[in-house]
Amino acid sequence: MIELRDVAYSYGGGELFSGLSLSLAPGSFHFLTGPSGAGKTTLLKLCYGDLVPTSGEVALWDEATTGMARDGLALNRRRIGVVHQDCQFLDHLPLRDNVALPLTVAGRHHEAEAYLPDLLAWVGLSRHADRRPPELSGGERQRAALARAVIMSPEVIIADEPTGNIDWDMSQRLLALLVELNRMGKAVLVATHDMNLIRSAKAQVAVRTLRLKDRQLIAAGAEL
Amino acid sequence: MRPAIRTALALLAGDAQADRSVPPTGFTARLTLFTAAAMALLTVFALSLSLAAGRLATRWSDDLAQTATLRISAPAEQMDAQTAAALEVLRTTPGVATARALTQEEEQALLTPWFGPDLPLGTLPVPKLIEITEEGRGIDATGLRARLQAEVPGAVLDDHTRWREPLVAAAGRLRGLGALAIVLIGASTAAMITLAAQSALSANAQVIRVLRLVGARDAYIARAFVRRFTLRALTGAAAGTLAGAVLVALLPGGSDEARGVLTGIGFSGGDWLWLPLIPPLAAAVAFAATRGAARRMLERQS
Repeated sequence: MIELRDVAYSYGGGELFSGLSLSLAPGSFHFLTGPSGAGKTTLLKLCYGDLVPTSGEVALWDEATTGMARDGLALNRRRIGVVHQDCQFLDHLPLRDNVALPLTVAGRHHEAEAYLPDLLAWVGLSRHADRRPPELSGGERQRAALARAVIMSPEVIIADEPTGNIDWDMSQRLLALLVELNRMGKAVLVATHDMNLIRSAKAQVAVRTLRLKDRQLIAAGAEL
Repeated sequence: MRPAIRTALALLAGDAQADRSVPPTGFTARLTLFTAAAMALLTVFALSLSLAAGRLATRWSDDLAQTATLRISAPAEQMDAQTAAALEVLRTTPGVATARALTQEEEQALLTPWFGPDLPLGTLPVPKLIEITEEGRGIDATGLRARLQAEVPGAVLDDHTRWREPLVAAAGRLRGLGALAIVLIGASTAAMITLAAQSALSANAQVIRVLRLVGARDAYIARAFVRRFTLRALTGAAAGTLAGAVLVALLPGGSDEARGVLTGIGFSGGDWLWLPLIPPLAAAVAFAATRGAARRMLERQS
């Protein structure tokens, strides 16, 4: 589904990483770790086409993102659910409209009523459907972002530090949602510093842990 | 249905959910409304001035085109004979409806503004004037001059061409200037709305980022802005046109005899039909300007 082949990315004149390859297959579950500034967020952005590599190739469903038309990229993004570190909502809209936004931009807003009640109940936000994002706590925003990421039933879920601003109980709840999605056949890629989260996930599903270090991507399962 | 019409109708019908994706921006909304209203008002004035100038020049031109003057300068003892001969020539000239020698009182009245009422006209060698009214396609001035030269040596025909041609040229220039003013107003409107749209797009960079994140295509993002600015321009221009029409209608007029350049400004008859075209044209300008700005901005932000 998503393939990175010998990818390098330079930023501000310096090379962030190079020779990086990665394949996200259906039903796979990857964690991405590494020190701050190693390029985890950049790597995730390459995976969903928000950035293009300096060299090498990123392919979304066998189509290279380099030179891909913006409309083509938009259509591919509908197949990828993204949970940002800072969530990124439209603050003037209530939660229900924010969660339904992927359906709205795809011209399928009429389907929202069929999915929203169950989805909001799944992430425990049914009571907050009419509240605006700035009125929600960090954990609630993270769960709302996850609900928005999955409403189109995407094939891949990419999450950037989804538990960065929430407590342990909430992070476990969020992890349970990601595991549930993975068991449904979705590919999951999570960037995190939280080793406990990774250990907890390993106890539930088969995960592969990757570490960005010294501009290279290495398997990091042994140290966990 | 043609694609352009379908696009315009879809734009006007809108998508309530898509529209809500972009938050309302007060400053650019007010700027667009004000600009569209002001420019529509100026367009009404430019249009009324242009149409009135053209109408006035046409009237002057038409009036002069249907008349000519024959001036007879001859010794006093030959004046009556040459006048009678000239009238006879005119009587048999095709295109002449009437030909009449001005009486001494009428000539006196013509000269009074320059020489006063006490001018002893009978003692002065003042030329005799014959007023000619034309019909149909008018007179053949060249042929008539040739006949007069042979039969009435003291006659000089003035068919008013030297007065009429500058008026026609001036009318054309005035119409051209009016059209230029309207084009400049349209260009200024486009520039102002482009700036307002760019400002709105910049202010909503975060919104655009989120929309892209969830798979919005450029056309979807642009449409939300384009529709909003088009409707604002349509509303503002309608208000400006209405205000302009009321102000022009309230301009003081004059009697038919006294109607000049200033008192003739306004619309008459079918001229009013130009006004309903202004708001849709303003909306079309806003549509094109906003779409261009949105496309450029989205290209830059990609």
